[in-house]
Amino acid sequence: MNDNDRKLGPTLLKADNISLAFGGVKALTDISFEVKEREVLAIIGPNGAGKSSMLNVINGVYHPNAGSVTYKGTVRQQMKPHEAAKQGIARTFQNIALFKGMSVLDNIMTGRTLKMSAGFLAQCLYVGRARNEEIEHRKKVEEIIDFLQIQSIRKTPVGRLPYGLQKRVELGRALAAEPTLLLLDEPMAGMNIEEKEDMSRFILDVNDEFGTTIVLIEHDMGVVMDLSDRIVVLDYGKKIGDGTPAEIRNNKEVIDAYLGVSD
Amino acid sequence: MLDSSSPNPRGDTLSSLIFKNAANRGAKTAIREKDLGIWQSWSWAEVAEEVKLLASGLAANGYVRGNNLAIIGDNRPRLYWSFAASQSIGGVPVPLYQDAIADEMIYVFNDAEIEFAIVEDQEQVDKLLEILPQCEKLKCIIYDDPRGMRHYDHPAVMAYADVRELGSKFLTEQPKFIEDELNKCHTDDVSVILYTSGTTSKPKGVCLTHKSCIEVAQGDMGFDNYTDDGEILSYLPMAWVGDHLFSYAQSIVTGFTVNCPESSETVMIDLREIGPTYYFAPPRVFENLLTQVTIRMEDASNIKKWLFGKFMGVARHTGLDIMDGKPVSLKNKILYGLGNIFVYGPLRNNLGMSRIKVAYTGGAAIGPDLYSFYRSIGINLKQLYGQTETLAYVCKQPDGDARIDSVGTPMPGVDIKVGDKGEILVKSPGLLKEYYKNPGATKEAITAEGFFKTGDAGFIDQDGHLKIIDRAKDVGVLNDGTMFAPQFLENKLKFFPFIKEAVCFGDGRDAVCTFINIEMDAVGNWAERQGLGYSGYVDLAGKSEVYALLQECIEQVNQDLAMEDTLSGSQIKRFLILHKELDADDDELTRTRKVRRDFVAEKYGVLVKALYDGSKTCFIETQVKFEDGRSGTISADLAISDAKMIPFNQGLAA
Repeated sequence: MNDNDRKLGPTLLKADNISLAFGGVKALTDISFEVKEREVLAIIGPNGAGKSSMLNVINGVYHPNAGSVTYKGTVRQQMKPHEAAKQGIARTFQNIALFKGMSVLDNIMTGRTLKMSAGFLAQCLYVGRARNEEIEHRKKVEEIIDFLQIQSIRKTPVGRLPYGLQKRVELGRALAAEPTLLLLDEPMAGMNIEEKEDMSRFILDVNDEFGTTIVLIEHDMGVVMDLSDRIVVLDYGKKIGDGTPAEIRNNKEVIDAYLGVSD
Repeated sequence: MLDSSSPNPRGDTLSSLIFKNAANRGAKTAIREKDLGIWQSWSWAEVAEEVKLLASGLAANGYVRGNNLAIIGDNRPRLYWSFAASQSIGGVPVPLYQDAIADEMIYVFNDAEIEFAIVEDQEQVDKLLEILPQCEKLKCIIYDDPRGMRHYDHPAVMAYADVRELGSKFLTEQPKFIEDELNKCHTDDVSVILYTSGTTSKPKGVCLTHKSCIEVAQGDMGFDNYTDDGEILSYLPMAWVGDHLFSYAQSIVTGFTVNCPESSETVMIDLREIGPTYYFAPPRVFENLLTQVTIRMEDASNIKKWLFGKFMGVARHTGLDIMDGKPVSLKNKILYGLGNIFVYGPLRNNLGMSRIKVAYTGGAAIGPDLYSFYRSIGINLKQLYGQTETLAYVCKQPDGDARIDSVGTPMPGVDIKVGDKGEILVKSPGLLKEYYKNPGATKEAITAEGFFKTGDAGFIDQDGHLKIIDRAKDVGVLNDGTMFAPQFLENKLKFFPFIKEAVCFGDGRDAVCTFINIEMDAVGNWAERQGLGYSGYVDLAGKSEVYALLQECIEQVNQDLAMEDTLSGSQIKRFLILHKELDADDDELTRTRKVRRDFVAEKYGVLVKALYDGSKTCFIETQVKFEDGRSGTISADLAISDAKMIPFNQGLAA
């Protein structure tokens, strides 16, 4: 497989001069960058640099004080998270946010919620369209289970799974929404090397098989350099770098701020 | 559909039997696979059709009579059909272990002159593309699972679906092709080449014929009353003789249903869903299952623990008799019946073994506790003995006469002789035709009278049961002429949870002496319960209490040995506990954790000498390599203990 074969599309998401403040604390100051279709973009930076805030702005949890987000050609300033979800933005969380008592299958099934159109009563009675719909959704979920190779834990309650697998289930739930844009908030935090390798493989496969655009936040520099097409570096809410992994590795300002100042 | 009424004058082949099944029991389920969470099934008629399409597709790609076909991957229906497809047009399938190292694969591909390979998925394709430059003849790699394969444009790589498509075109042009090809096949043709793993030398291709596969399957079917409404789960490597016989030949001959698990991790879940009627697994699988049960019982509530403990006690003293059909007192019958309701039944269900009529184990020694556990809870677990060269068809334990220390009685049609050094010689319907392109090895392995030299030493007892004791080349003789089988003794010792490794000496000496390696976890745990303090491995191994514990184990082995005519003279006289664990990094073990007896004897020459000269202690200093590559020394004064020896046939009295 040749990486150069992968064609990047037109701009999918564009952030223009985004600023966000909580009271007197400036979380983001004048941030601009764009994400192309089918691109893997990493946002890195020291703790408190504003990475998670940036993701929250993209999927509508926070509303920026200034600036705008253009997604699929539509400019917006205010959006609610469920609207973002409807437009094909899915995400995973830094701290796993799954239903611990529910099985893996059911958890991933919740990712299909927005795609269910049958009425509440029909769903309760499991008749007519609700039934066919459920079968359709189950098939899609099974495909994701197969894709993520978690068949052996299909019926296991999520709370009983090791951390690395829970992360994978969370990715599964995000994929169940068949997103155009997938936001991953530290998908590999707290994982051992083997789990990180697996997760990296899955992220690349998602990007390759489904053509999903991915924006991820990650601390592990090795992972970031290997996975991403482009990296945006934040520091104290400001953008201090934007470029390919090779460019970032040689960017003086980034090295000083993030990788450490060499004497 | 092929005409099944006129018998082929050239005799049945496995592939022709598939078409017979399609005619006789066409609607019956032949094979299932769990895909996307649902069991998908194919009837015999559908299987025959798939085989026809694939065979034609192979032919359309230039696969001709006499070609070998490599098959690599997990147990998948389409891979099983690949066996049948190549056989039906006169080819020979060659299944390979998917975890084989590159060198070994290259060797087999070149040895078998393989041009075509059918593999499961991307992983195998990548592996083959990597070794492609070294495999002179390989020109076509067909993959089953298309995942991740979109970007492959290598000319040698093809999708299974595409080959099938080609086959269907080919069939419309030549509708009689498969039938003609099938009629050219002879029952004495080689049906499969199974490569034996070469731990000591290059792998050898064992050539088996259709006739032997069919006869062996028929023999097994009669012996264990296999019927076509049976179910099995196929999860052992397809390159292993056991799977080839059980999941392929046996299924075709008997007509039972083969189930392919979803993935290697879901085997336990799939086992519960299918509830197979026949089951075959190496001892370690049974061991893992029992460990899981034990661990989960530890976490169970007190009532459950009490019930389990109580009724496992009942099972221990009555279960085996009930399984063997021996008379049992009414009280015990009732107790066992209660146990069946409260413990054994649910437990069998949990293990996925509720419907098992017969379960087999083989390939390695099984511990007596493990063996009797399964039998006592009502699972008809039996041992069999055989090797690739005999198509696993030599001995099986008959129902009602299964004993832990024997591998059973000879199967119908099998002839057994005992040769030099107690080596077992076998004539079996499943005997190999030859080693592939290796007449030298064939001549060496098969005697002029047509007996296969198994390389195993053993004997046939007064009831006609075969007992295997060791590898023939390892068997030695004590000075008084008694047979000395080190591995047999070591295995007996290692069945104790306290003993991790044992090394026995005795060839050309007056008595048997042994080194023991304690199992740190088990002995440490025991010491804690005894309130015995220790600082580390060396300290624990040297404790006199630990010596006393081990002495009990050894004397129990001696007692067992006292019951054996041939081996009662080889009881263990003296032993010592080693101050360090035998380690592969120190070359004391092979990478597969087998003791390198000669190396150990030389390295610890001082200790061996002390064992035989009657000294009470011995000082030893040993170089060890640590995991980080540094080395250091460990020294200790080792005590040497005597064990009680029991005269022949007084084992029970003691």
